Amino acid sequence: MSESSKTPFVRLAKRTDIDPRRAMLIRIASIVIALILGTIPMIISGTNPFEAYSVIVQGSLLRRTYLNQTVKIAIPLLGCALAIAPCFKMRFWNIGAEGQITIGAMCATYFALYWYNRVPHLVLLLMMFLVSLIGGGIWALIPAFFKAKWNTNETLFTLMMNYIAIGIVAWLQGGPWEGRKGSQLIPMFNDAARLPDFNFMIGIGEHEFSLTSHVGLIFILILVVLMYIYMNKTKQGYEIAVIGDSVNTARYAGMNVGNIIMRTMFISGAISGFVGFLTVSGANYTLFSGVADGVGFTAITVAWLSQLNPFAMIVISMMLAVLEKGANTLQTRLQVPASISDIITGILLFTMLSCEFFINYRLIFRGRAAKEEKA
Amino acid sequence: MRGITKRFGQVVANDSISLKLFRGEILALLGENGSGKTTLMNMLSGIYQPDEGEIFKDGAPIYIHSPREAYDYGIGMIHQHYKLIEVFTAAQNIILGLNDGKMDIRAAEKKVKEICDRYGFDIDPSRKVYDMSVSQKQTIEIVKMLYRGADILILDEPTAVLTPQETRKLFTVLKNMKNDGKAIVIITHKLHEVMEVSDKVAVLRKGQYIGTVNTSETDPQALTDMMVGHAVTLNIDRPLYPEPKKKLIVENLTCVDEEGIKKLDGVSFFANTGEILGVAGISGSGQKELLEAMTGLYPVKEGSIRFINGDGNEVELVGMSPKKIRATGVGMAFVPEDRLGMGLVGSMGMSGNMMLRSWKNGKGALLKKKEPEELATRVWKELEVVTPDVNYPVRRLSGGNVQKVLVGREIAIGPEVLLTAYAVRGLDINTSYTIYNLLTEQKMKGVAVIYVGEDLDVLIELCDRILVLCDGKLSGVVDGRSASKEEIGLMMTHIGNKEAADE
Repeated sequence: MSESSKTPFVRLAKRTDIDPRRAMLIRIASIVIALILGTIPMIISGTNPFEAYSVIVQGSLLRRTYLNQTVKIAIPLLGCALAIAPCFKMRFWNIGAEGQITIGAMCATYFALYWYNRVPHLVLLLMMFLVSLIGGGIWALIPAFFKAKWNTNETLFTLMMNYIAIGIVAWLQGGPWEGRKGSQLIPMFNDAARLPDFNFMIGIGEHEFSLTSHVGLIFILILVVLMYIYMNKTKQGYEIAVIGDSVNTARYAGMNVGNIIMRTMFISGAISGFVGFLTVSGANYTLFSGVADGVGFTAITVAWLSQLNPFAMIVISMMLAVLEKGANTLQTRLQVPASISDIITGILLFTMLSCEFFINYRLIFRGRAAKEEKA
Repeated sequence: MRGITKRFGQVVANDSISLKLFRGEILALLGENGSGKTTLMNMLSGIYQPDEGEIFKDGAPIYIHSPREAYDYGIGMIHQHYKLIEVFTAAQNIILGLNDGKMDIRAAEKKVKEICDRYGFDIDPSRKVYDMSVSQKQTIEIVKMLYRGADILILDEPTAVLTPQETRKLFTVLKNMKNDGKAIVIITHKLHEVMEVSDKVAVLRKGQYIGTVNTSETDPQALTDMMVGHAVTLNIDRPLYPEPKKKLIVENLTCVDEEGIKKLDGVSFFANTGEILGVAGISGSGQKELLEAMTGLYPVKEGSIRFINGDGNEVELVGMSPKKIRATGVGMAFVPEDRLGMGLVGSMGMSGNMMLRSWKNGKGALLKKKEPEELATRVWKELEVVTPDVNYPVRRLSGGNVQKVLVGREIAIGPEVLLTAYAVRGLDINTSYTIYNLLTEQKMKGVAVIYVGEDLDVLIELCDRILVLCDGKLSGVVDGRSASKEEIGLMMTHIGNKEAADE
């Protein structure tokens, strides 16, 4: 028997089984820990954490205009997280949503700028919608094609495609699509190319909340349900899950892995393109090179934190939007830099990912191991 | 090494093994797959730690906790899979991980050259690894160990990836190192290489140490006997099927892997209905490629695989994808070696896995979950799979239950040909018998069963005929009722006489 001093102090053992309720508790604990750790930078910058958190909540949810803005931030996050979900389920690391949004927005903008006076309002919106799907889809199809044919690295490929997309829009902005000469700006859309706003009334108990948002919100919420069905109930969703588990098993089952990768990426890109359309037509009413505004990357966090569950994505995207909007209010009220929300989001991602580790593994300490052996 | 024992869970991989190694000697460690050769050597090189037993070097007990500590004791191991950084040069790879405070590439290159000249290696230290052949990469690994001052070198199946010419070159180098006073262990199961290069042979069988003999005093026959042991009676029922007919004809099948090495070389045979055709061979002799080629998963370079329909027509399977094969109506079931990596989806439950064969069924885009669920429940009950419910991820099941799920599904498709690879590997006796009975049951239904196995005792008790592969070639086909283990063991290690191969 090797002496006890020769065994390492801590060992890792894979958990074979964990109670789902306990796993959920670990996850909730990790969010709490993240919020606690988030107080450190607040304390350093001389702010009372309780006050700061209450400002974040007040400044993002408790007033109509704030809530509207928070939802506006959450819509593209949620939509884009839905787009990424099937790719990640397939273990195809699509980090090119940023570019796919941009291209979708660009395609929609072309019709907004040059077709607004040629077709009726609804037809125009429908055309913008369709081309944004096709544009985003094709943009995502390119790296998928290279992956399927020559097994190129999709992470790098999709990332690089982002900068190409942003570059193209930057060129349009200062060149062919420039509005007033020298402005470096694309003109604002005609009303015909704008998505109508809607008033949503939500009654909770005796209270009634009203929320104004563009109609995109309805479509995104429908998409949540559709994506859930797609990933869990359809043949294509099954194929995606099998490939994500093992490419060899997929081949064994007679699936054409390359085609499925391309198909899934097209769908993913199309949804991202749709998000781009919503952003230009429902929120910004114009196009500029920063139209995606990091949504394609933040959505990865959303997708990951929600374990690729579309319904959980609603909660997580709202949570991140609350942090972002609340931090803006925090900046104006308490002079705390708004980047505090990025810090908390970062910590949150970190604790959530490390909690997965504790769900999958347990630590065995030297002393305890000996006891367990005796027992 | 004295009294070394290593357990993995309930499996005893090494059972109090004692081994002596002297300077200036090449020791061959011989044994079948799973006999514990690599495990034993991993303990010497610090990757595993023994549960029991001690290791001595030059008379003093040593404790090796990590490969780095193994280097410090002058022990270096060259694994089957090389651990090199492709974009670095040979010399950079060699000094990688050395912590002597400076990174003097020039001096390193010079020292590498010296080592190469001394033992007759042939590598250019400034060349990038991705430009190199497999044998050159292996050379780097060896030089790396020598550079670190190793005087005990362990090579894990070094010749598996080499051409005969490269093998000869390697042996010359090994002999040079031996003459320089190094102690060398070579893990292998190729008998002629053992005879050619080693001074002594230590034989392991199923985790047990059988003995050490001087190479000059033994012969391949005696070593085979030590390796496979004496026949054990297993009492597997082997009924005769009344009228076997030809079901599958394989002719001159040749497959080449990505590196251009021949994995299968002109293999021809046939399989009958109502028969279990065993496939014996050292692991890596082409069994995996053979089965995957038949199911359309491995590219075929030459040859033909023909399936004979119920009405006597022949269907050529070469060039068809797995999907196409199924669409053509060829009832082929396949239980692959890598159960969770190829046959099943680990993260899904039994129902999800039953669907793997039927997910395309039914019209529309939605999955039909009902039938797979019923099938899952049936397999669960009939094969007594231990699982909390049919949606519990199969990855979490024990090996035996995983295999029951896989075999249960494959039998459920009502195959005409059933291919199985290492169907009982890692399973306990009871589950193994369940699998044997299932296969025999299928045989009596008129299915052509192909059983790739590693336990010769089982092969000669279970199979009607046994096909023996050696290094991708057909060594011969023997009758399972009359063949002896020794005969098959010899055929596994060198190509049998010509008549047998032509049969």
